[in-house]
Parts: sequence; structure tokens; C-alpha cells
Amino acid sequence: MTCARCPIAHSPRYGGLWMPLTEELVRQIAYDTQHFSNHGAVVGHVEGSEPRPVGSAPPITSDPPYHGPAKRLLLPAFAPKRIEAKEDEIRAVCRECLDAVADRGPGDEIDGAVEYAQHIPVRVMSRMLGVPRSDEDLMREFVHALIEGVDRPEAQQRADRLRVDAYLDELIDEHRREPRGSIIDDLLAAQVEGQPIEPRHVRGMVLLLLMAGIDTTWSAIGSGLWHFATHPDDLARMQREPGLWPTAIEELLRAYAPVTMGRRVVDDVEIGGRTLKKGEWVLLPFPAANRDPQAFPDADKIVLDREVNRHAAFGLGIHRCIGSNLARLELQVALQEFIARVPEFHLADPERVRWSTGQIRGPRVLPLTIGSV
Amino acid sequence: MKIHLDTDRCQGHNRCRLIAPELFDTDDYGQAVLRIEGEIPEALHDKARQAAANCPEFAISIEDDA
Repeated sequence: MTCARCPIAHSPRYGGLWMPLTEELVRQIAYDTQHFSNHGAVVGHVEGSEPRPVGSAPPITSDPPYHGPAKRLLLPAFAPKRIEAKEDEIRAVCRECLDAVADRGPGDEIDGAVEYAQHIPVRVMSRMLGVPRSDEDLMREFVHALIEGVDRPEAQQRADRLRVDAYLDELIDEHRREPRGSIIDDLLAAQVEGQPIEPRHVRGMVLLLLMAGIDTTWSAIGSGLWHFATHPDDLARMQREPGLWPTAIEELLRAYAPVTMGRRVVDDVEIGGRTLKKGEWVLLPFPAANRDPQAFPDADKIVLDREVNRHAAFGLGIHRCIGSNLARLELQVALQEFIARVPEFHLADPERVRWSTGQIRGPRVLPLTIGSV
Repeated sequence: MKIHLDTDRCQGHNRCRLIAPELFDTDDYGQAVLRIEGEIPEALHDKARQAAANCPEFAISIEDDA
């Protein structure tokens, strides 16, 4: 990658779009909340209804000074020790998914995305939000519609969004009538500056958890499966050296980071020798930062025992992913359980793999052939 | 060796606690908390350096008189 010659790229799309390609510039922009607003978290999506500094999905769409207190409302539920307590539950979810395909044997196919990766974060997040089991498939449908529906006709997108909003409003109302011990109860009981959170902000936060917690994680799990399906030596190594998992997970996060964020320029600023103008958009490609040879020796090599790995898969600065501890745990458990149940697998046909488009990257169709042990 | 933790830079990535739970804890909000304020035992020196080298926010620095 020639990021030395082109540290920040430009496109005329959306009225002007920039993309920094070095770890240094990605970090600089991520840290600069004065010039870059999260009102532009999804490039090209203009936040109409909710102004700065809140946005439609706080705190990801928020800027200081609203951002800090809003994020603090969610941080305890996602803190490391609270999340670690969910390990058994996550293993049970993974095993349930694998039980559903237990009839497959050597030579048979299993789709690592459709039949495995896509179910795990949906079920885990649904439980955290107090969504009944019978509605878990509906959650998956909602997330698909909202994330992948950016190419659907506008009327369809509006209708999809109304359906999700209506469902979430009802879910929140049910919690109001009778608490379920979920994050929604925490949000309903919380206060910002001595006031309860506005109902539409509660809904926005719940929507964020649904969107941010699902598409991203299933992408990481799918990418991990793709890696092991195409690198049999690494697959064998994880089975020989299970103690390597924590380090290997960080390298998979570095190399296959699923998330690129967006920003809107709110004041002219110079970055990498170019002038970014107010109103223009910026893509913040954390995956590109993770492949910067200035920051990572052998950046394009996947080294499962890489000891120094200061990667930016979960972002940098105040918008560090709230769900990072949960994502890590889901990723590690999902890969461990899959490999324990299916010790040998490879791509059924590389041509049949389909990757997502847009700001989140992961396989959406991943046909794997089960090997014989 | 002493460890300096810049709590303003810390964003709760939890890399330090994952690498060196003997040296780092996290509070209710996921912010890092130093478990050993003074001199770091020799046996933990490598882990201290590894934790510092993996903090995405450069919030950990090592003061090493070695």
C-alpha cells in the first residue's frame, strides 16, 4: 500500500469526502473532536431529526459535551468484569447454533456466516436488551434491513426504520411496565444532568446497541472463520496451542478489523497537508491504520503470536467501542466452539464467498466444507 | 521500575488488564486502575512493558532505571 505517497485520499462524492490512510492521520482525526463531528458517523447519511451534539443514536452520533455523560450511562453494563460473567451464556449460544447443524458430517457444507456467525451476536444482544427469544429472528431481520438496506428505495428504508422504531418503543414500554433486569431498565432509571433521558434518546441508544453490537461482531466472527478456512496451518496451531487464543484474537482484530467510522468536518482544518473544509465528510478507516507498515512491522502478514499489537480495531479516543469487551469475548468463544466442533474445514469454493459492502466489512455468505479429522 | 498510568488518556480498551491482571484492574466504568503504585517486582517487568506497548491510547509509560 502506498500510503507514503497518498496519506489522505479525496473523492468528490457526497460533496467532498476524505480518507486518511495512515495510522498517524487516523489517530489525529479520531482525537480531534473540535473539527470532526460524529454527527457524520455514517458517511452520506444526513442526520436530519436530531441535531448536534446528540444525534439519532447517542453516544456514537454525539459530540462533547453530551457524549461523555451519555456514554457513562452505558459503560457499566459493558465493563470487563460484567462482560466476563457472560462467558458461559455465550458458549451456550454458540453450542446451540452448532447443535442445529449437528447432522452435518465430513464432506457436507455449513455456511459459517448464515448458519453460525450471524446468530451469535443477535442472541447475545437480544438477551442483554430483554428481547424475548421468539423475537430473535426478527432482530436479525431488522439489523439486516437497516445495515444492508442502504441501497433499497427510500420509501422502503423509511418503512423499515418505522417498523424498528415501533418495535423498540413497545419493548421499552414493556420494560417501563415491568422491569426485566436488562440494559433498558438501567437506561430508564438513569439521569443526565438531573433529568431522566428523553424517550427518543433511550430508543436511540437501544437502536445503537442493536446496530453496533450485531453487524460488527458477526463480521469479525465470519472473518475469523474465513481466516482459519484459508490458513490450515493457523487452524492446526490454535488446536495445538490453546493458550495462544488471547494473542491470536488481537491479531485477527488487527488484520480483519470490521469497522470504518465516519466524521463530518465542522470547521476547516489542515490534515496531512490538505485543507478539509466544513461540511465535507471523512472516512476513518481503522482497518487501514491497522495495516500501516509505519505502525506495524510486517503489517500485511497475519502473525497469530504478534506480541506488540497496538491496533485500532475498536477505535481511538473518546468513541472507543463501548462493546469492545463483549465483542472480544464473543469472537474468542465463537471461534473456539466452532473449531472444537468442526476441527477441520476449508472454503467450499472461494468464488461463492460474498463480502458485505459499506462501512462494516465481513463475509455475508461463507460456504465451508467440513473436513475429516 | 515504576508504571505511570495516564487516566485522562485511558479509554477503557482493557488491553492492559488482559495482558497483566497482576498490575492492572478496571473500575465499574472499565477505566484502568494501577494495582501496584510503587516499585514493580522484577518478575512482572516483562508484562509491564508488554502492557505499555499494547495500549492503543499510549496511556501507560514505564519508568525503568535498569
